[in-house]
Amino acid sequence: MRKKRSSLGRRLGLLVLIVAIVGIGVLAYYGTRPGAFAFAGGNRVPLDQYPQGQPTGIPADFRETDPIARGRYLADAADCRSCHTTDGGAAFAGGRPFKLPFGTLYTTNITPDKTTGIGGLSDAQFIDAVRNGIGPRGGRLYPAMPYASYAYMTDADVLAIKAYLFSLAPVEKKRPENTLKFPYDQRWLMAIWSGLFKPGEVFKPVADKSPEWNRGAYLVEAMAHCGDCHTPRNQLQALNNAKKFAGGEAEGWVAYNITSDKASGVGGWSDAELAQYLSTGHAQGRGTGSGPMGEAIALSFSKMTASDIRAMVAYLRTVPAIATPELPAPKDAPAPADPKQGVVVASADLRGQHVFAGACAGCHGWTGTSPLSSRATLTGTRAINDPSAKNVAQIVLGGSRHPEPGAGLEMPSFGAAYTNDEIAAVANYVTGRFGAQASAITAADVQKMREMQ
Amino acid sequence: MKPEAFAGSAALPSPSRRTFIGAGLAAGGALLLGFRMRSADAAGEAAASPFAPDAFVRMDRSGTVTLIIPQVEMGQGTYTSLSMILAEELDVDWNAVKVDHAPPSDALYGNPTFKEQMTGNSNSIRAFWMPLRKTAATARAMLVAAAAKRWKVDPSTCTTGDSQVLHAASNRKLAYGDLLADASHVEAPKDPPLKAVADFKLIGKPLKRLDTPDKTDGKAMYGIDAMPQGLKFATLRACPVFGGKVGHVDDSRARQVPGVRQIVVLDDLVAVVGDHMWAAKQGLDTLDVTWNEGEHANVTTEAVWRKIRAASEKDGLVAKSEGDFAKGIGEGEKMDAAYEMPFLAHATMEPLNCTAHVKPDSCEVWVGSQVLARAQKACAKITGLPLEKVVVHNHLLGGGFGRRLETDYVEKAVRIAQKVDGPVKVVYTREEDIRQDIYRPVYRDVMSASLANGRVVAWKHRVTGSSIMARFLPPLFEMTKHIDIDGVDSAVDVPYDIPNLRIEFMRDEPPGVPTGFWRGVGPNNNVFAVESFIDELAKKIGKDPVEFRRGMLGKNPRLLAAVNLAAEKSGWGSPLPARVGRGICAQGAFASFIATVIEAEVGDDGGVKLRRVVCAVDTGIPVNPDTIVAQLQGGLVFGLSAALWGEITLDKGRVQQGNFNDYRVLRIDEVPNIEVHVIPSGEAPGGIGETGTTAGPPALRNAIYAATGIALRRMPVDRALLARKTS
Amino acid sequence: MITLNVNDQGHDVDVPPDMPLLWVLRDVLAMTGTKFGCGIAQCGACTVHLDGTPVRSCLLPVGSIGARKITTIEGVGATPTGAKVQKAWLDLEVIQCGYCQSGQIMSAAALLATKPKPDDADIDAAMAGNICRCGTYVRIREAIKKAAEAA
Ligand code: FES
Ligand code: FES
Repeated sequence: MRKKRSSLGRRLGLLVLIVAIVGIGVLAYYGTRPGAFAFAGGNRVPLDQYPQGQPTGIPADFRETDPIARGRYLADAADCRSCHTTDGGAAFAGGRPFKLPFGTLYTTNITPDKTTGIGGLSDAQFIDAVRNGIGPRGGRLYPAMPYASYAYMTDADVLAIKAYLFSLAPVEKKRPENTLKFPYDQRWLMAIWSGLFKPGEVFKPVADKSPEWNRGAYLVEAMAHCGDCHTPRNQLQALNNAKKFAGGEAEGWVAYNITSDKASGVGGWSDAELAQYLSTGHAQGRGTGSGPMGEAIALSFSKMTASDIRAMVAYLRTVPAIATPELPAPKDAPAPADPKQGVVVASADLRGQHVFAGACAGCHGWTGTSPLSSRATLTGTRAINDPSAKNVAQIVLGGSRHPEPGAGLEMPSFGAAYTNDEIAAVANYVTGRFGAQASAITAADVQKMREMQ
Repeated sequence: MKPEAFAGSAALPSPSRRTFIGAGLAAGGALLLGFRMRSADAAGEAAASPFAPDAFVRMDRSGTVTLIIPQVEMGQGTYTSLSMILAEELDVDWNAVKVDHAPPSDALYGNPTFKEQMTGNSNSIRAFWMPLRKTAATARAMLVAAAAKRWKVDPSTCTTGDSQVLHAASNRKLAYGDLLADASHVEAPKDPPLKAVADFKLIGKPLKRLDTPDKTDGKAMYGIDAMPQGLKFATLRACPVFGGKVGHVDDSRARQVPGVRQIVVLDDLVAVVGDHMWAAKQGLDTLDVTWNEGEHANVTTEAVWRKIRAASEKDGLVAKSEGDFAKGIGEGEKMDAAYEMPFLAHATMEPLNCTAHVKPDSCEVWVGSQVLARAQKACAKITGLPLEKVVVHNHLLGGGFGRRLETDYVEKAVRIAQKVDGPVKVVYTREEDIRQDIYRPVYRDVMSASLANGRVVAWKHRVTGSSIMARFLPPLFEMTKHIDIDGVDSAVDVPYDIPNLRIEFMRDEPPGVPTGFWRGVGPNNNVFAVESFIDELAKKIGKDPVEFRRGMLGKNPRLLAAVNLAAEKSGWGSPLPARVGRGICAQGAFASFIATVIEAEVGDDGGVKLRRVVCAVDTGIPVNPDTIVAQLQGGLVFGLSAALWGEITLDKGRVQQGNFNDYRVLRIDEVPNIEVHVIPSGEAPGGIGETGTTAGPPALRNAIYAATGIALRRMPVDRALLARKTS
Repeated sequence: MITLNVNDQGHDVDVPPDMPLLWVLRDVLAMTGTKFGCGIAQCGACTVHLDGTPVRSCLLPVGSIGARKITTIEGVGATPTGAKVQKAWLDLEVIQCGYCQSGQIMSAAALLATKPKPDDADIDAAMAGNICRCGTYVRIREAIKKAAEAA
């Protein structure tokens, strides 16, 4: 799971802890931990007892009737492709590396190849892997695979995904051996983790909530697994649903607060803006999805129907607002058009301004309002108004792709030709010039990001 | 020699001279003047065929003089400089001079050095200096003879000026335009008098360039601007692994792009043809192509370096041996070093492009090329048409830098055009331009020297790298017994007085990576190695780099004078702040003697800031001194971009760079003032277009050496190495 | 159909609205003075003015322009700063291959229109987005100053 690459590191670190302190404390903690739906209250009922329709499966406005296409829709909604495909490699053939401080993990080949893929799996084995994190030979999967979320999926949906995957051309591609060091290579330890933190039961709708809300809940929790990145984790690296969606991290990127907090969350966004962002990767004046989120939009959200996007937005809206104190409200006023006005930089960091003038101003403009496209407007966006400047630096390093190839504006990557110092300097310059609060990211921070790429 | 009518009459053989000059009247009464190559094998052919109605000079009755320039204009100012040479000897009114591109013809417009129509190696002025002067002087003598005959006076009593023949004694004058018919019947003099240098009126003046006014208002036509009637637009992608082929193409999405007209799939590339570049580009982006990558699919930069490093440790072919190296190397303090240069892309500002219209019985091509006749031949070969059925229209070049010495992009365009009905303009995206370049090869220079009494007494320089000549001019490569004369240029003629010398060439071809000329060519690599090593040697014996060089330039007074002037103008030796250094480069490449001093500052993060550049140049008679200054300024920026950031790397057989975001070049705020001091000289003019590119990297490298004590032995500058360790 | 005002002349073009202005100018209107260099707003060769502001036309969707006036290199000579810049460019013989110079001139003319007396920092900020592979930067700087003097 690329989206959870770094948090995975910590989750695995947790195992050592668990081994050391197995006991009542942990279980007590587990007992009091709020679940993903705790905030909603209400009466949760089994799916077959929910009278107002079907929150799982395929949405009504998905027109294709072919079962394979329906399976593909669900596979997209669960975003299987992104992690199980390498850059430039065959889709679903796995091998995508996840570099961790204690080794590298590679995703599996989930094409139906009999020897290197999942062609030999029975339905039960497939369900066990997806929902329970148990491999075909009983081995435990690393929780990089978000089975704690997928556990909410219905068997029917899991098997629809299987049918889709089994319709693909088998690709013979062996997964490189993981290079995890002891004790992280002890897969059995994962059983403890999953015993503690996996819900174990299929999604239960809340009886007194609307079908739209329940559909949104299923998509957000079982499929899109938003919380994996956007919910902070507690000391034991489990999702801390007391702070549900108040912001987390993904692969060295900040996964921002998506609660309805006005200043630091998405409370200021209209429903239409949220929907537009999810389905096109961009909402005017709000920002453009990049990094792991950009990828999720390109491969998953952008493939979903309008009703499903609406449902997710409706569900998201009901998550209680929680403020993130370190995130100021975005500054909406553009910077002055004159490069000499606006932010005053220390002479040592004139470099930031120089890099901006040469490589950035043509697209982003000196005001921060792009003369070319609102996709490139910096003013008002979350990343520019994040004083950690982490995501800004990540975007400068790696660029930002448009979800549709050839559809135009993309941000090129500058990591190859610009130094860590230059990237840090330009990140600090743009947060200072266009954001609510200047950042102080360092070359060393940027270096760490490079090492994770 | 008898005059030759350009249309019809046979040319006379002239075995005694390498070129011969012809003149004649064209339709409409214009006088045409030209000279022709007379290389050994071309002689027979030239003698048998009539002169075509093309030439270097067309003079019409109104007095307009059109100079047809055999060399192509790519920014180096050759249209102006060559015109100045012609106009000078012809004594025409400079304001009445117009220039035109020459059509393809090795016979008529061949470069006297290369024996073909080629613009490169900074040699336009060097190659054409005498031939053009003689051509013009012949014409002038004929015009004078015609006037003298009319006036019935002795030709030697006549003078010329501003397109007129003058007879001072009788205060008579006749405009050239009125003498054209008469002059065409005059016998061409065998050895017409050339002007004395002191009498030059144009040469040596910073005249305004003829090509630039149209470049300020969008009128100038580059290859990419060709717009023949009915044009379609295409962009292409070749297999990203060199030598790979197209496997499978799924064009279902590409076909749905509005404006896409056609998908062309060839053996090694795909192209999308549309109503405009946008449609073509979108079509290409949505085309699903799988490639059969072939044998180079696993090439990496590391593998390339492993191979060349191993090769460079073996003995090479001896390109030059003087004195007794083996003895000399035992006599003093010995030092060894090896220098490495990366692959480089050209990234001409105008991306590669070519417009072609292939019909069953003819082919028409619009392009900017440094090798027009080669381009024409290549088109003829692909289409199977006779040469005369291939019309090539030349254009201004938005940068050449050696990239447009190749015809690969013309060939690809013609192959695409063969599948298209009507003319098609094939434009490379910048990414394709960089990933399908023909790269400046990697080089490794292994150096050994010994020092005694403050001088170098023995010197060995082994150049290891690709032989471009082997591919580009195979006969020459055979003639030089497999020593690449470009590869060892500026190594065999190391400017210092060293008694025991051994220069070797070791050929090593990088797997799969096409290599070609890049501005500065062979000297680029060799001047870097020589000048870097010289600095390290100076340091070894505690000598100031300028002093050290001076001591070994006794037999090279022109370069010594340049070194002295550059040192003086740069304030060599005056104190500098910490982490700031000055570096010098002295070079005699391209028959120009140039010393360059760069002052640079190394930041704590290893970033390098250029503070000042001073250059002193003796390039012989400076034809247009302003162009010389401009070429050095520009050449330095080009070379310094490469020194700071230029490197093409490969992974999985693919070039990893694609555009200016990852193939970085200098921008205006990174370039300091560049002072160029032109030293007056009466020597024959030297080349200038590539000299700055050669001078920049070693001077910068030596400045960094002075600032930090760190001896960089690879380009580009490794900033991590220069970063000040904080702990 | 999209209506464009280019150099004070109206043009109706039948192109997709997301098509960048650069290709509309070059390939549809055959106004080839505006150049393609990178296609990603890194080189400035494609610079035109929109109501006097310099914009990279290679990424400017033609449908987003509306009634704003487009000025290209073919028309910039009719503006006071454009004419001054063109003259200074020739007086100081800035140009080499010339391919980048349409963009350089457009950027410089826009700079002078907002800053009649630019200093080096102004020039850096306004011109750093325009790459010149021929390396004419030293003269560009001089020529801008010279054009500024020719008030
Ligand atoms: S082509 Fe538009 S900036 Fe380079
Ligand atoms: S003049 Fe050639 S790129 Fe600028």
